[in-house]
Amino acid sequence: MPERGNAAESGAGTSGDSVELSGAGVSPGVGFGPVRGIAGAVPEPSADVLPAGDAEAETAAALAALAAVADDLEARGVVAAEVGNKDGQDVLNAQALMARDPGLADGVRAKAGEGRAAARAVFESFGVYRELLAGAGEYLAARVTDLDDIRDRTVARLLGLPMPGVPESDEPFVLVARDLAPADTAVLDPAKVVAFVTEEGGPTSHTAILARTMGVPAVVALPGATDLADGTLVLVDGQAGTVVVNPPRAAVSAARYAAAARATVLARATGPGRTKDGHPVPLLANIGGPKDVPAAVENGAEGVGLYRTEFLFLDRATPPSDEEQERAYREVLEAFPGGRVVVRALDAGADKPLAFLPPPGAEPNPALGERGLRMLRRHPDVLAAQLSALARAASGQAAKLQVMAPMVTDAEEAAFFAAACRDAGIEHPGVMIEVPAAALRAGDLASEVEFFSLGTNDLTQYACAADRQIGGLAHLQDAWQPAVLDLVASAASAGIPCGVCGEAAGDPVLACVLVGLGVTSLSMSAPSLPLVRAALAHHTLDECREAAEAARGSRSAGEARQAARGALPALADLGL
Amino acid sequence: MSERKVKIESKVGLHARPAALFVQTAAKAPGDVTVAKTGGTPVNAKSILAVLGLDARHGEEIVISADFDGADELLGTLEALLSTPEPENA
Repeated sequence: MPERGNAAESGAGTSGDSVELSGAGVSPGVGFGPVRGIAGAVPEPSADVLPAGDAEAETAAALAALAAVADDLEARGVVAAEVGNKDGQDVLNAQALMARDPGLADGVRAKAGEGRAAARAVFESFGVYRELLAGAGEYLAARVTDLDDIRDRTVARLLGLPMPGVPESDEPFVLVARDLAPADTAVLDPAKVVAFVTEEGGPTSHTAILARTMGVPAVVALPGATDLADGTLVLVDGQAGTVVVNPPRAAVSAARYAAAARATVLARATGPGRTKDGHPVPLLANIGGPKDVPAAVENGAEGVGLYRTEFLFLDRATPPSDEEQERAYREVLEAFPGGRVVVRALDAGADKPLAFLPPPGAEPNPALGERGLRMLRRHPDVLAAQLSALARAASGQAAKLQVMAPMVTDAEEAAFFAAACRDAGIEHPGVMIEVPAAALRAGDLASEVEFFSLGTNDLTQYACAADRQIGGLAHLQDAWQPAVLDLVASAASAGIPCGVCGEAAGDPVLACVLVGLGVTSLSMSAPSLPLVRAALAHHTLDECREAAEAARGSRSAGEARQAARGALPALADLGL
Repeated sequence: MSERKVKIESKVGLHARPAALFVQTAAKAPGDVTVAKTGGTPVNAKSILAVLGLDARHGEEIVISADFDGADELLGTLEALLSTPEPENA
């Protein structure tokens, strides 16, 4: 993994003592640069602050700030559209429309008339609508977040506070935050960020997945991360999970040396995935749309092991047309002639609501709710349209199309999906194994479909009853948990091909263990492919099996990791 | 005073893109335009926040009212918009 960042080396070790902090390394690589924090929450403006001017002046100041925020949102929308994110522009324009709301302006005028300072008047006027939308049900909850963002931007502008959101910087930096939300990262410039460090989040948090997708080193769940002052020089090791503050020059050089050594090993590992003794393990890429294909090809993916189709459906009022779907599927199939493309049917539900697939009711536990195939069964027209678009896209293509259903629990559901695929002319149906029940009874499901794909993120979340979004549970959201490895072994021994498309596949050590457990293919974020390819190429199938046995013989995730490492002798050569 | 009762045909209800389109259209009117659920309190149709706050869903009936020269024409445009299952241009 090449080192990222080029902050002046003379900056290292010249001021302050070197301190090492420890968190969870979730994306490998080394990054060195100055800290740039995402500004924390904008505080509620006090009601006791006397207005600087009269009601008219305060109103004018507040309305000018709202207009400036709206202008800024629209400008960011134009930027988003320029990089091809038309949906992002729609969202930003809708926010601008809120900032220009005449009812809001009336509220500000009234509050200023009652003697409130501009910032307080803005805060209170937003409060009225916030309550209104929050009270209108689940459906509008996301709009409350939008509204809070506009309010905070306006208040920050009025009080001269730093603007919330991703910082703007001309030089590459280490992005530090409590946690990163998708909204923060929509406008992120990958060329400017040398590493991510967050105080919260686990190995499957949005930050971790984004970092691996971008190939940026990341450390999450680092206590005290948000206390790091802007401009502090830090050395981030996304493998070891450490952040060294004011690193000595020698540490920066050593990290660079290790990164260079690893890069050399990686450069030598090419070709299809296989163990040292030649056992083939196809290495595939997880993609979120045709835009991810170039990175997959560049990193030597032999196909696609997880094509997330949600991007076609998100942030729009109506389902995509048949032609639009067919085009997006064909574009990916064409990129892998002779390879395979595994497409996941639309994975929507209460945690990823779609405007045209309204949830049937409020769900206190969205992860346990009507999502994945459960949701698709409520909307058979959406499923049928997607499957037939896929069948049409695959006709005449040299790539093998496989289609799988998300969130499948039992054989009856697997049979339902297989029948839906047959009706649409899809030849190779499969199911994801994310629910422990499906893993435990894998033999029943195996008689209904052609293949399995293990979604280890959700499988871990459900097996350990640990919500993926809760950073404090990071130690339980660990696919190294022996119980999770048992479930993998159960699914992999059901007699049909069984891949892994969860984040576990991209961990080079765990990848060897998965192969040892009987997993037949591995699919991951494209930047993870070279290191996994190298790790497999340096170990025999027997060594992988021994590592798997050692890991399953352990009593905790930490022990399993250590035991597996002990059985894989060549890890040191890879800088692992 | 002109008034129309309209059934919302958009699958997402008066939310998201249809709501933005509705408000942007109403905002061009030279006078007041209101929208209410049947029997409910009318709100300013030029306010996206008030319109979203109505939480009017697919299949529900709402009342739009306006009182100025050309009100009928505007109400016709808004009615057409609400009766379109999937308005395309925002």
